[in-house]
Parts: sequence; C-alpha cells; structure tokens
Amino acid sequence: MQLTNRSKVVSDKNMTAMEAAYLPAVIKGMAVTLKHFFMRPATTKYPEQTREFSEVYRGRHVLKRDEKGAERCTACGLCAVSCPAEAITMVAAERKKGEEGLYREEKYAAIYEINMLRCIFCGLCEEACPKQAIFLTKEIAPASYEREDFIWGKDRLVEGVEETKRIDITKRQDR
Amino acid sequence: MELFKVTIDNKTIEVPPGTTILQAARMIGKEVAPPAMCYYSKLKTSGGYCRTCLVKVSKGSEKDPRPMPKLVASCRTTVMDGMEVQNYTSPEVVEARKGVVEFLLINHPLDCPICDQAGECHLQDLSYDNGRSYSRYEFDRRTFDKIDIGDKIKLHMTRCILCYRCVKVADQLTPGRVHGVINRGDVAEISTYIENAIENEFSGNMIDVCPVGALTDKTFRFKSRVWFLKPYDAHRDCDKCSGKAVIWKYGNEIYRVTGRKDQWGEVDEWICNTCRFDKKDVKDWVEEGPRKIDRHSVISQNQYESGTKFVASPQTLPNKQLS
Repeated sequence: MQLTNRSKVVSDKNMTAMEAAYLPAVIKGMAVTLKHFFMRPATTKYPEQTREFSEVYRGRHVLKRDEKGAERCTACGLCAVSCPAEAITMVAAERKKGEEGLYREEKYAAIYEINMLRCIFCGLCEEACPKQAIFLTKEIAPASYEREDFIWGKDRLVEGVEETKRIDITKRQDR
Repeated sequence: MELFKVTIDNKTIEVPPGTTILQAARMIGKEVAPPAMCYYSKLKTSGGYCRTCLVKVSKGSEKDPRPMPKLVASCRTTVMDGMEVQNYTSPEVVEARKGVVEFLLINHPLDCPICDQAGECHLQDLSYDNGRSYSRYEFDRRTFDKIDIGDKIKLHMTRCILCYRCVKVADQLTPGRVHGVINRGDVAEISTYIENAIENEFSGNMIDVCPVGALTDKTFRFKSRVWFLKPYDAHRDCDKCSGKAVIWKYGNEIYRVTGRKDQWGEVDEWICNTCRFDKKDVKDWVEEGPRKIDRHSVISQNQYESGTKFVASPQTLPNKQLS
C-alpha cells in the first residue's frame, strides 16, 4: 500500500563519479544554510520581545474581586473538584461581622492554593466557577528554582484592590 | 393474606393491602420510584406536603377501572388490586413535577456554593432531574435571620421548603414538643417557640432528615465540602443509641458524623447527639470500611476506586494552619 508519493525505493547500487566527489552535495547543503541567514527568524528574543497571545490564552490564574473590592470566591470547591490535575486546595472560613467589604459571601476561602506544577491550564476551574471568581489570565506563570514557589497562595492569586492592580478578564467573559 | 397486583410504569408487583403507591414503586426499584421531598418512611404521618411524588392513576382497580380524575400524591394513596400507575411514562406527571419543583424553588435562595448540604441535597438532585433551568418568579424571595437551635444546630430558615420532617422527628423521637411550624401559608416558618434550645439527646437527627440545608451541623459548618470527605461506616459502644454511624474523614481527621442513609436517603438508625457532635476522634470509632457511594454522586468524585486506602499527600492536606 502506498501512502504518499514521496517514498523512495532504497537501492545499494554504486555511487556515480559526481556523487563520489561529495563536494557538490556539500555546496548544496551550505547553500541551504546560507539561505537561512536572510530569512525571518522563527523565534523571538524573549523577554525583550514577547509574542502576541490569543485573546483566550490560558495563563496563570487570578481570583477576582467585585466592584467594591470584596473577594468573589466563596470556597464552594467546584474548581477543585473539576480540576483534572487536582491542583487546587482550599480551606473555607465564615465571614465575621465587619468583614463585609472584604468578602462578598458569608463564607470565604481562608486558604486557597494552586499548585502551578500540577496545573495543566485547561481552564475547567473557571468554567466550573459559579461566582465568576477564578479566571485564567494572559500572563505566563513564571519559572523558579524552588518547588515551593509554584504553590501559589491567595497572596499571589487575588488581584489588588486598587483600580490599577485589577486584571482585565473581560475578553474571557465575552467568549 | 391476599396480595394486590399493581402496575407502575408497566412493571407489575404484588403488595399487601395498605401499601402506598410510593412504597410499591420503591419495592420495584429506583427506575420507577417517584422522588419524595417530605415523605420519610421512618417517620409516621410524614408525606403529603411537597407534591413531588405526584403520579397518574390510569386505572383505579380491577373492580372500578376508571382512572382517577387528578394526579395523586403517591405517598398518601394506597394501592388497589389491579391498579395501573404511570410515573415517568406519563408526560402529564413529568410536566406537573416540573411545576412542583418551580414552586419549591420560589423562595429557595439557590446559595448552593455556600450551603453545606450541596452535594447531598435532595432538592438539588430533584431540580437537576426534574426542574427547569430558569425561574419565572419576579418578586423578592423571603429571607430570615439565621437562628441557633441549641448550641449544635443552625437553622437557616431561608432555605427551608417546609417539608415538616424535622417537626415529625421532634414529635416522634423526643418526648414533649419544643419545635414546630408557626404561622400559615406564605409566612409559615420553623420555630422552636421563642428560640427554645432543643436539649434532647436525639435532636441532631433533624439535620439528617432535612432534605435541604435548612438545618445544619454547627460543628461542621463551612469546614469542608462533602465531596472532599470520604465516608466510612463505623460504630462505637454507645449507651444511648445503636452507635452505628458514618464518619466523614479528611485524611485522618473526622470532620463530621452522620447516620447511615439507605438508597432513598433515609436514615437507617437514629444516632444520639454525643455520637454526632462530640466524638470527632478516630480513636472513638471502630471503622468497618469505606461506604459504597453511587458513582454518579459528586461524593464519589476524587475517589478513583472505592475501597482504596486514603493516602494523605501534601496535595490533599492543607499544609498551613488557619492563622
């Protein structure tokens, strides 16, 4: 059965004088190499240059706050149960009186951790979230030398209260 | 004894006289049994409030084959010889049940992400199986303040669907009634008569019978979601109750203790408050093994194989304590 027309029949016949000289073949190879000097490079000079990402690129997570600055997450656990890599863990706590500005619901996540080494960035957590709290952003989860650095707690996941520190995820919501 | 032949969804069974349609359907199996929110076979005079178990009787009996004019509540209607009943095979019943679910959800807050009952909630299951995905109700839902019933039980009246199961528990398990439903209709609410603490040793069972998250265990409040816990059958020597319970573990820690529920979600044996609230140490219990959980249940999520020994790993244990 022939799958493509590019297959070549292997033969063990002797080389011609031209082939035995090798030089034409070497020149031909050098020509290919030389041609690539003048071609546009396929790589970019990261981190000085960055590629433009797709609108729906799935990078590191963010835990969103609502308009008033209160955390949206209510520690319902649906992200953790939907996570195929089991990267998410959380501990819930009850909101006390006076903390209404900090947490939107009466229950909140006291501990919320994502293991970025386990995470496969599939986006199922944001799909499962009933409170529009967790989103994947366009940022890349940075590399590190220490394994502990990849367990992200709320200090790195929750976005800042200030207007300038908010992370825009409107593109992901529009999908 | 004479047996009555009854056909439910084209499946025939012979049952003794006095059996209700719901009980007969449960004898046949899950595929024909109507759902029930208020009926509880272990509680006398329960049933007849929620209307989720409505069925169509297409043939009254052998002697009087006329169909019943309206849909009937199967938990309160007894079978007759030769009766033919339609449950899921009747589009009329399916449509009526949709309406009942919509009524039950009118005042229900749908705060499942916060509610401790989520994952084992009968109303959640019911609305997933039989309900609509939207509500036509435009008005404000009624809300109540949360009340502590005793020091171990929290009453979240907003979530209550007024099934009266907890009232029956209070009436039938405890001598002297301290807990009931006051007011009528739209403003009816569970009350303990001026927030009287329920001191009875078996009062914790009202948490188990509650089909929604209206009555919750304060010792388990917001501790974890039910699907992160692994249920084990366990027993202990108890002088007040049978001591047979289910312990819900996370790692080697017991988060809560409940009664053992059968396939209809009904508790087999009542357990006392000491077992339920105070015995949270693994040394208190003799483990019998992991509990069989239906693989479609969310509780069986994250348990790749039922019966595997739980292995604690850094991933599954919170490695930091609450500060």
